[in-house]
Amino acid sequence: MVRLAQYEETEREHLLKLPCPTYTSSPYVTGLKVSQARIVLISTAGLHRRSDRPFGVGETGYRLIAKDVEAQDLVMSHISTNFDRTGFHMDMNMVFPLDRLRELEEQGFIGSLSEYHYSFMGATPPDQMEQEAYQLAAILKKDHVDAVLLVPV
Amino acid sequence: MESAGIATTQISLIREHTEIIKPPRALWVSFPLGRPLGNPQDPKFQRDVIKHALSLLEYSTGPVLEDYPHDAVESKSVQVQMACPVNFAAQTGELTNQDDLFLKFRNEYSSMQTWHNLACEKRNLSILGVSSLTPDEIGDLFCNFISGNIEGTSIGGKQLSDILRMASEDLKTCYFEGLSAQPGESMDGTVFTNWFWGETHAAILINEVRKTCLQYAENDMILAGKLLLIPRSQLYRFNE
Repeated sequence: MVRLAQYEETEREHLLKLPCPTYTSSPYVTGLKVSQARIVLISTAGLHRRSDRPFGVGETGYRLIAKDVEAQDLVMSHISTNFDRTGFHMDMNMVFPLDRLRELEEQGFIGSLSEYHYSFMGATPPDQMEQEAYQLAAILKKDHVDAVLLVPV
Repeated sequence: MESAGIATTQISLIREHTEIIKPPRALWVSFPLGRPLGNPQDPKFQRDVIKHALSLLEYSTGPVLEDYPHDAVESKSVQVQMACPVNFAAQTGELTNQDDLFLKFRNEYSSMQTWHNLACEKRNLSILGVSSLTPDEIGDLFCNFISGNIEGTSIGGKQLSDILRMASEDLKTCYFEGLSAQPGESMDGTVFTNWFWGETHAAILINEVRKTCLQYAENDMILAGKLLLIPRSQLYRFNE
């Protein structure tokens, strides 16, 4: 069990001081059936293919990751050194559970899995990534995506 | 996303943050940072986390913040340190001479590299990490940087601060994968982190890189030195 209270003191103080955005409106989509929905995975772990440019300080953009990416082709260039990367090195699905989502697609738990998935790099303040998020939403709409599974790191 | 008609659900690692942000749907999990799916190589557990998070999509009103009912498996890796055949016992105080540090690092690293190579062969992994440098090249880069043999703040069009940061992560990964390939229990992240930063010459080398970064005038180098090379929770080991 890892509650904020259990974090090491320096880390806890840092996390407590992190500014969290609040919003005046809260749009909420209803009437969705998971078994019929087309799902996309979006991570903030700073993941990308080896051939893509690594994430840098202040990066607001995203990287595209195909549904059939091989684990050995996926690398992490998140700028923070303050979280544990060993889980990812043992198993891509610890932060980017594409294999699990493919299995849930085969089992019929989800309607379908998008061909393309995405990663941002979560060290950048969220408000600076809004523009890119809106642009990605428009792309997802064209791709007939119904729902997003957001996975932090 | 929601205003564009796309529903969102998420995993939350810090409940206190999610309570403030109030996203439409979130599943808080009791797992540490870096491990949002809980247990590595445990497909059933990982699928269960995802199923819980996705099931929130069918709620008719929000915001929804639920707690995932299971914890991740606790560490069982204390024995791993005992099983490690390489003696990395390093005392930060005893290493004041740069050449001595480089020599000790290279000896330590050569032993670890044989395990890392085995891990890469076994698991069909690339030897290269995100920095695209081989572990040997990383060692050379760090030693040259600390010795003042690198001019300017970019190499091949890339920022030196970015290269040092990624190379540092790759060196850690090399040690982690090497250690994981050794006989014995599987390695836990927290135990690995404490072992790496507390007992290896690689960590002392990275600290020397950090100190060298802080001598630069450029903001990106200072940022790397202050924040991006050594975790906040491990910096106390290097207070001088």
